[in-house]
Amino acid sequence: MLLISCPWCGEREETEFHYGGQAFVSYPADPESLTDEEWAQYVFFRDNPKGDFAERWVHSAGCRRWFNTVRNTVTSEFLS
Amino acid sequence: MRLAQGGEIDRTRPLTFTLDGVEYTGFDGDTLASAMLANGIVQVAPSLYRQRPRGIFSAGVEEPNALVQVGAEPSLQATTVRLRAGLVARTLSGVGRLTPEPEQHRYDKRFTHTDILVIGAGPSGRMAARTAAAGGARVILVGAGLPELSDPSGNVESRGPLGGIGDELAATQLRVLTGATAFGYYDSNYVLVAHKQTLWHIRARRVILATGAHEQPIVFENNDRPGIMLAGAVRKYITQYAVLPGRNAVVCTTNDSAYATVAALVQAGARVTVVDSRPIPPDLAPKGVEVISGLVTNTEGRHRITAAAVTTGSTQDRRIECDLLAVSGGWQPAVHLFSQSRGSVRWNGQAFVPDASAQANRVVGAANGTFDTRAALIEAAEAAVEAAAAVGYPVAMPPLPAVQEREITPDNPVWLVPGDPANQFVDLQRDATVADVRRAVGAGMRSPEHVKRYTTIGTGADQGRTSNIPALGVIAEALGTTPGELGTTTFRAPSVPVSFALMAGRDRGKLHDPIRTTPIHSWHVTNGAEFENVGQWKRPWFYPKPGEDMETAVLRECRAARTGVGMQDASTLGKIEVVGPDAGEFLNRMYTNAFKKLAVGSARYGMMCKADGMVFDDGVTMRLADDRYYVTTTTGGAANVLDWFEEWSQTEWPELAVTFTSVTEQWSTIAVVGPRSRAVIGLVAPDLDVSNEAFPFMTFRETTLHNGIPARIARISFSGELAYEVNVSGWYGLAAWEAIHEEGRPYGITPYGTETMHVLRAEKGFPIVGQDTDGTVTPHDLGMSWIVSQRKDFVGKRSLRRPDTARPDRKHLVGLLPVDPGQLLPEGAQMVALDAPTTPPVPMEGHVTSSYRSAALERTFALALIRNGRNRIGETLRAPLGDRVIEAIVTEPVFYDKEGARRDG
Amino acid sequence: MTVEDLRRSPLASYPGVTEIPFLTMVNVRVPPTGDAAARISARLGGPLPVVPNSVVEAGRRHILWLGPDEWLVVGPDGDRELPGMLPEAVDVSANRTTIEVRSRDLLEHGCTLDLHPRAFHAGRCAQTTIARTQVILWQTSDEPVYRLLVRGSFATYLADWLSDAACS
Repeated sequence: MLLISCPWCGEREETEFHYGGQAFVSYPADPESLTDEEWAQYVFFRDNPKGDFAERWVHSAGCRRWFNTVRNTVTSEFLS
Repeated sequence: MRLAQGGEIDRTRPLTFTLDGVEYTGFDGDTLASAMLANGIVQVAPSLYRQRPRGIFSAGVEEPNALVQVGAEPSLQATTVRLRAGLVARTLSGVGRLTPEPEQHRYDKRFTHTDILVIGAGPSGRMAARTAAAGGARVILVGAGLPELSDPSGNVESRGPLGGIGDELAATQLRVLTGATAFGYYDSNYVLVAHKQTLWHIRARRVILATGAHEQPIVFENNDRPGIMLAGAVRKYITQYAVLPGRNAVVCTTNDSAYATVAALVQAGARVTVVDSRPIPPDLAPKGVEVISGLVTNTEGRHRITAAAVTTGSTQDRRIECDLLAVSGGWQPAVHLFSQSRGSVRWNGQAFVPDASAQANRVVGAANGTFDTRAALIEAAEAAVEAAAAVGYPVAMPPLPAVQEREITPDNPVWLVPGDPANQFVDLQRDATVADVRRAVGAGMRSPEHVKRYTTIGTGADQGRTSNIPALGVIAEALGTTPGELGTTTFRAPSVPVSFALMAGRDRGKLHDPIRTTPIHSWHVTNGAEFENVGQWKRPWFYPKPGEDMETAVLRECRAARTGVGMQDASTLGKIEVVGPDAGEFLNRMYTNAFKKLAVGSARYGMMCKADGMVFDDGVTMRLADDRYYVTTTTGGAANVLDWFEEWSQTEWPELAVTFTSVTEQWSTIAVVGPRSRAVIGLVAPDLDVSNEAFPFMTFRETTLHNGIPARIARISFSGELAYEVNVSGWYGLAAWEAIHEEGRPYGITPYGTETMHVLRAEKGFPIVGQDTDGTVTPHDLGMSWIVSQRKDFVGKRSLRRPDTARPDRKHLVGLLPVDPGQLLPEGAQMVALDAPTTPPVPMEGHVTSSYRSAALERTFALALIRNGRNRIGETLRAPLGDRVIEAIVTEPVFYDKEGARRDG
Repeated sequence: MTVEDLRRSPLASYPGVTEIPFLTMVNVRVPPTGDAAARISARLGGPLPVVPNSVVEAGRRHILWLGPDEWLVVGPDGDRELPGMLPEAVDVSANRTTIEVRSRDLLEHGCTLDLHPRAFHAGRCAQTTIARTQVILWQTSDEPVYRLLVRGSFATYLADWLSDAACS
């Protein structure tokens, strides 16, 4: 079980967190102007790299703050 | 045979135990296996598949043969079961049987943190723990081998003499877990330890692994007879338990370590012959012991070994009579935990030894392949010094005990001696032979992982501790390579058998999962409610009167709500206060409909979608002030909606000034429903003008109940009837409920449960998110296009234009009326066309999502998601239900009061 | 009889655990720096703590850090002023009840936090889980004395769990 560092509360057990998927996928400024394919990219498609991955977590059972981090998907090591 | 003296057993405390129905005596400090040997029992149950006689093979967790059932617990290793008075054991052939009886013993969990965790309490582990603790760091030492301490309750925070560790550490932060086994090593130095009936979850900043090594067997023909044991185990039985496993011993070895066994055997009075694989065996045996350079090739005997066949390089082959054959094929470091920690291992020509750590840990002593005692102690001390510094409690290198150095004769490793492969056993527990391994390789298996799965080698309770290396040796030989080239199979937790009861701990019965209750719960219990689980909540399902079954009770409750007045505890609804100048803008972006312009004092029903346009949650929101809304969610969706709000607020629109506070338990909510509800509310809230003009539908008022309780009363209806929701502080929930019940008595007020609520809303065609929807349903599919704003963006809106989402023939929520009004469609039933074939493939048209008997309609009815349903109104469909079929006609989803005349009373 | 006599706390009839019922609590969510925070601090007579998971005493009230923009102000039973005194606050007095526990050992049966005095001590609080429910854990004294602030709907479960753990 991972020990995850919340930027506010410090190290807590993985069970206190929820995973938020790939980071920096912004809600489009004007969804109505997007093609179906562009919108589908936003809704359904995410990267799935082997290695370092910028992703979002939320300290859901603690301070409930979202944060971005980089995790190695092979070793589960948090790099930031 | 028990020796007259010696050992670490307590001879003043004899213990009686029963094995396979026969009573025996052992001593406190015995394992079941040592007590068996003391009583002359070496043979255990026959092998799993071939029913060959087998005997006690080892003295620890590597035991493949001596499996026993102790009481209700199956598949324990007799070598790891501590003897206790009255123990009843039965030997098992490979498999046990779980008892269906509930577990009687109490199991528990403990969570703890430590600076340094030392696993293994041999000389290296003790050196590491002692050294690390001296600087004040928190240290936990986990060891199976330490003597029991005087406090039998659990040795937590032990402060007394610690198995040779010494009193000088009494004031430190050292904690010793004796009789404990670390079996799982996870990310971030998270280690699980089985300690009697407690499962320890230990989080360590540094881990020192001093897990020792496991002696390896040598594979020769008929190497499985009772009386063949690992040499180290023989020594342990003699020295620790004062048990001599045989009087006439052959010791077969590839290395120096077995000579300690030779010495122990001789001292205990046994006759010993040594067979050493090395061309020039070392001069280590006591005087008078014959040492032969050679190998054991085969054995004789039926229920116990009677002789060993020995091949020698130079002289003639020999046959040596014996009742004990002690074998040492070298030592494999116990790398299970290190490997679980994702540390890599490398082959050093004889064994797999730790290579690179992947976590903050170090391996020391025999576990690191360091078999010289002094070198091991130095390694342990150095690791402890490093760890102590790393955690901020530095220590100096301790003085090391003088250990006599001696010259070591290099090992001559042998895994396999030529013979009949069908009787050369690689894995005793799985009954797998050299022939089986060769068959696997012959069938095309190349990876040890594949061979393992093909042969099941290494999958027994012993986790391959005595079979992995021989198997790799055989595979390597067959493939013309080396074990190092092949690599090991992956080590996984648990590395020793762990009972389900230990893993469950106290999370059983009512503690298995939280049971959530409302402030009114005790009233429901007292008044005979049957309960339904909704998420973790216990909600009243219906309130049967004496003699009523569920159907009768629900029909009665429904009638009361439609013709008189009913009341329901709706406190489980999720509630969130949304506060801030941008609260309205935020809700506008979340809900499909608009909230920004909702008047203060008014309420509005809203629906939310995920980005894919599928319905996610719904509920009524009240505007308390310009900058404050009171949002209600579904009972099961409360936490998800709050998380959803936080996610969008924090990650997408931080510029919006809006915050969220869950107030689910702050408020108790009581629904008062039916044509007479206005009269009841008028009595309970005398200050309130309850007329339709003064208090219209979808508004709320702050008031005080007649007993002084502050209340927020809303006109909201989930039934189509005139209805109110009374919100009071959770502290007052019960008192408010009792007051309403009391004032409603003259009107026959009827408490009702979730079933009646479901019937009432379904009669009106109101969907329940999560029952009539399943994450694939849009607001349009529900026939609720009216709630989808065209004037603003909201999360999921763009998805509603996607070609698939916009298809006109998607599944729609429609009504179903069974042709026979007495027949009830089962929820979940698949609907097919009337002329659909009766054999597969049968095109499915959709499924029933809700189905009830209606008092108001005097018949059954259902809601269903049906392909192109809204365009099939009037069509008859079939529900094939095994031995029967129910036909039903597709209808509009609203069955009752279609014109909505009843909501104002 | 006053209306207060009609109150009922979640563990009113639960023997064997120490409930501190009816504490007054409000949730405050404002940016940690700025006018609102300053005004609230002045009103409460104590700063909104900015050190995560710390507690500040402000007269008869305590201010618990819950998040970088979120605090819980806890006053005694009958603190009628508190619920209305801060315009941004949300009254959550009945949302949770409070259980007092005087054993670190007991909590370690189900709390994954490091409660060793080196890591957690009086004046610290944390939102975390105990067994299978979320709590605000607040250490009020080094003896140790802990307060568990638990949602009312989970209170009976937590009391059941604590009582059962105490049997170990």
